[in-house]
Amino acid sequence: MLNTSTTPALEFKSSTFFSPILILFTNDIAAIEQTLHEKIKLAPEFFKDSPVIIDLRELNKQNQELDFTCVIELLRRIGFFPVGIRGGNDQQNKQARALFIPIDTVRDLGSSIVIGETQKPEAVQQTNIKSETAPPKESVKPAAIPPVPAAATLITHPIRSGQRIYASGDLIILSQVSAGAEIMAEGNIHVYNTLRGRALAGVHGNTAARIFCFDLQAELISIAGDYKTSEDINKQTYKNPVQIYLQDHALIIKEIA
Amino acid sequence: MARIIVVTSGKGGVGKTTTSAAIAMGLAKRGHKTAVIDFDVGLRNLDLILGCERRVVYDFINVINGEASLNQALIRDKNCNLLYILPASQTRDKDALTQEGVGKVLDELSKDFEYIVCDSPAGIEKGANLALYFADDAFVVTNPEISSVRDSDRMLGILSSKSRRAEKNEEPIKEYLLLTRYDADRVKLGEMLSLEDVQEILSLELLGIIPESKSVLSASNAGMPVILDEKSEAGQAYADVVARYLGEKLPHRFIDGKQGFLKRLFGGRK
Ligand SMILES: Nc1ncnc2c1ncn2[C@@H]1O[C@H](COP(=O)(O)OP(=O)(O)OP(=O)(O)O)[C@@H](O)[C@H]1O
Ligand SMILES: [Mg+2]
Repeated sequence: MLNTSTTPALEFKSSTFFSPILILFTNDIAAIEQTLHEKIKLAPEFFKDSPVIIDLRELNKQNQELDFTCVIELLRRIGFFPVGIRGGNDQQNKQARALFIPIDTVRDLGSSIVIGETQKPEAVQQTNIKSETAPPKESVKPAAIPPVPAAATLITHPIRSGQRIYASGDLIILSQVSAGAEIMAEGNIHVYNTLRGRALAGVHGNTAARIFCFDLQAELISIAGDYKTSEDINKQTYKNPVQIYLQDHALIIKEIA
Repeated sequence: MARIIVVTSGKGGVGKTTTSAAIAMGLAKRGHKTAVIDFDVGLRNLDLILGCERRVVYDFINVINGEASLNQALIRDKNCNLLYILPASQTRDKDALTQEGVGKVLDELSKDFEYIVCDSPAGIEKGANLALYFADDAFVVTNPEISSVRDSDRMLGILSSKSRRAEKNEEPIKEYLLLTRYDADRVKLGEMLSLEDVQEILSLELLGIIPESKSVLSASNAGMPVILDEKSEAGQAYADVVARYLGEKLPHRFIDGKQGFLKRLFGGRK
């Protein structure tokens, strides 16, 4: 019925599609699974049915062999929708293709798929997969990886209950964040209004990330995985501007005088 | 082109249908040709409140399915000839309501009407999402209690992310607050949230406060939108809402409850 008129059957538009990127630092499936469960526990709503892009550059830099099919099975089992792979080697790309997972060529990654991420040129060039002289890494823990420099994401409208925002750089919000909303950033979070929902900064392990807000009434605050729930947040700070940062794995909430 | 208004809330039983009937009648009474659509498939309600339940032949789903034309399904209101009702189906299942079908009906109505009021079902499921999808303006109906406020907040999130305007990156839906079933005495006793409490969480443009009023029930029993009961506070409050929506600047009433005789005589605090 619809197509009899002049209405075209379809249309292509360029657009961005939001997806978090999962950067793997180990090929240990059990360790990946455990860490994923920990992350999900922090923000179950955020990760529920979430698309995800798997980034294998770090792993391949370290010459760690990985059974890509196993990782995909794991991700699907715990509720993710893998929608892309980047930085994979030939073998992994072949496995991805067999699983109908698109391969993101590293050259134009970022802008087309991920909102708020701008990739530094140096990072972009790191395409080669099996470089024989991979620099020895002292640690493969997330915290050891320097944060990816990314543009700040600015939001001027209120974040309502049930909404979630993810920024791969800093996140700046000028309006209120409602209870039941979830905001996450790989960098710092600034809320120039009342923060009632959950705020998670440094979600990729950046322990130097901070949260700043005008009125802290949050349900949960977290930096690099260390968190406090509203029960543990001193109500005295209500209606006062505060900053939150990590010191020896403890979250410090301090009024900004 | 018609302006499409969705009356929504998230929480059930807060007064969406009462509000839809009242404002649709209010707009029509002021000379604007208005259609009001019941999106609550399976629970016909709007036709009862408007007193036209015995004249329903075809419904919204019939029109979507092409089993009846819009003209056959639209019921002209008995009190105002500029008001038309498109009733919901009581029998058919909700799956018949599709985005494409709703879009087609709204497009057709838009040619002929100035305002289209969509009475949303409760919840955040398909019916509610479809009711708001094509909206230009949203009347968020909220009762002064925390669960209603939280649900309204959730609805506001959906309005700003899952509507046609959001998807097409157009100017967002204009959101208004309607605080209904407001009982000033219970607010004073701390049993209900005050307007301030609600606005601290929602911070929306307030279109009006509708007091809790027995006249709402008697009007709906009589099959007459309460806005036609000009003596009742609820009726006056809805008339104010329509006037404000149309751009008139009126001070808000009914915040402090009934004015006692002495208070009226000697002047109250404000
Ligand atoms: N201002 C008011 N004063 C007193 N009673 C009211 C008022 N507004 C609504 N009611 C009553 O509240 C009940 C629910 O109202 P209504 O059907 O309009 O709500 P609704 O949000 O459409 O419900 P649903 O979610 O089931 O569709 C009805 O019995 C109605 O008479
Ligand atoms: Mg209703």
